[in-house]
Amino acid sequence: MWIWFHKLGSPPHFYRTAGRLVPWFGIPALLLLIAGAVGGLAIAPPDYQQGDGFRIIYVHVPSAYIAMFGYVAMAVAAAVGLIWRMKLAFAFAAACAPVGAAFTFLALATGSIWGKPMWGVWWDWDGRMTSVLVLFFLYVGVMALRSAFDDASKGDRAAALLAIVGVVNIPIIKFSVDWWNTLHQPATIAKFSTPSITMDMLVWLLAMVVGYTLFFAAVVTMRLRGEVLLRERGARWIRELAAHA
Amino acid sequence: MSSTAQAMLALARRDLKAALRRWGELGLPLMFFVIVVTLFPLGLAPERDLLGSIGPGVLWVAALLASLLALEGLFRSDMEDGSMEQLILSPQPLVLLALVKALTHWVLTGLPLVVLTPLVAQAFYLPANATWILMLALLLATPTLSLIGALAAALTASLRRGAGILGILVLPLALPLLVFGARATDLAVQGQSAAGPLYLLAALLALAMTLAPLAIAAALRISVD
Repeated sequence: MWIWFHKLGSPPHFYRTAGRLVPWFGIPALLLLIAGAVGGLAIAPPDYQQGDGFRIIYVHVPSAYIAMFGYVAMAVAAAVGLIWRMKLAFAFAAACAPVGAAFTFLALATGSIWGKPMWGVWWDWDGRMTSVLVLFFLYVGVMALRSAFDDASKGDRAAALLAIVGVVNIPIIKFSVDWWNTLHQPATIAKFSTPSITMDMLVWLLAMVVGYTLFFAAVVTMRLRGEVLLRERGARWIRELAAHA
Repeated sequence: MSSTAQAMLALARRDLKAALRRWGELGLPLMFFVIVVTLFPLGLAPERDLLGSIGPGVLWVAALLASLLALEGLFRSDMEDGSMEQLILSPQPLVLLALVKALTHWVLTGLPLVVLTPLVAQAFYLPANATWILMLALLLATPTLSLIGALAAALTASLRRGAGILGILVLPLALPLLVFGARATDLAVQGQSAAGPLYLLAALLALAMTLAPLAIAAALRISVD
């Protein structure tokens, strides 16, 4: 039963499997992103308060969600790597970090663009914004720490530990809008029993969220293949791969 | 006395003795703190109202930066002369030894900062009751800072140039201290009760005291092998 799991640990096998997986993530991601964008920008009704300005929610919320999801994925992989000494888990954590950091930046940027017309300011030092900014710094710290080591495996483990410690920030981000009542509006879809968004707005948002997740999976899988090549450079299977290419 | 307590005491005594033999290095972060704080009244207009309103924030940022200075050496010399390996190999729990190292570091750097605060607070015309609150807040926040700093120092202990990266690791994690610390001082300046943020600082200290040593010990093990 565990054979597939152990096979996954073998770099050549993983490299091939991951290569086959990419289109399975990428193509549905593309379709969902197109559907979500068209639905969100053209079909969904305008908000009664914010008018058409609310439509940026269709890129802001999924980015912010991936920013946190990516961090948790990275931290879980880091923990798996530290506990079971799985090299592939460290490679996964390394592949997650830049993608997550990019989405964190996107969440901050789109939030800022949304904030300007709605609140009149680009930035407000409230709990949600500040804690997401800290999330961005943590991503940068994890990447910087890993690259500061000459010894790659040591760098992997040190960065993994930092990633795990940084998880304390995730609940702060999640609950910041409940703890500090400031400009940022409270959660829109995190409460499924009574979402504060109507169905014809929500479906497109959910399409975007699923689309972003699949896109994240596709990009991380591609980056992970790159990481595997980088880490296994000099191995015979890579030379054979290069010879046949 | 149990052997673990003996080992912890011996480690604390050794670290204190080694640090006190080098006075110059000890004073450096303190001087840095004083100088940074002096820069602000000179760089801005030395008006009483302005200084009074920015004072708490400046003092906190300066304290945060000063604490970074002393961090680099925290595990460096132990790594170089091999005593860190002995600590890891010893039968005593490394978690408790890590806690001792972090707290000794606080006694040497954080505590003098707290003692120095009333003097420096005068430069910003802080009222007396706010100065007391500021000292109390620093007393609660600096040990947490030492624990976070010790974690970053342990992660970078085997790097040849860890100083640049230390700031990137410590400052984001220290942000809550800055927020609640400056808030407490601010409330006190306005004559309101600062109990809320002070309780939060105490909670953060309890959290850091229990969890940080585990992470520091794990980081030291990574750095040594």
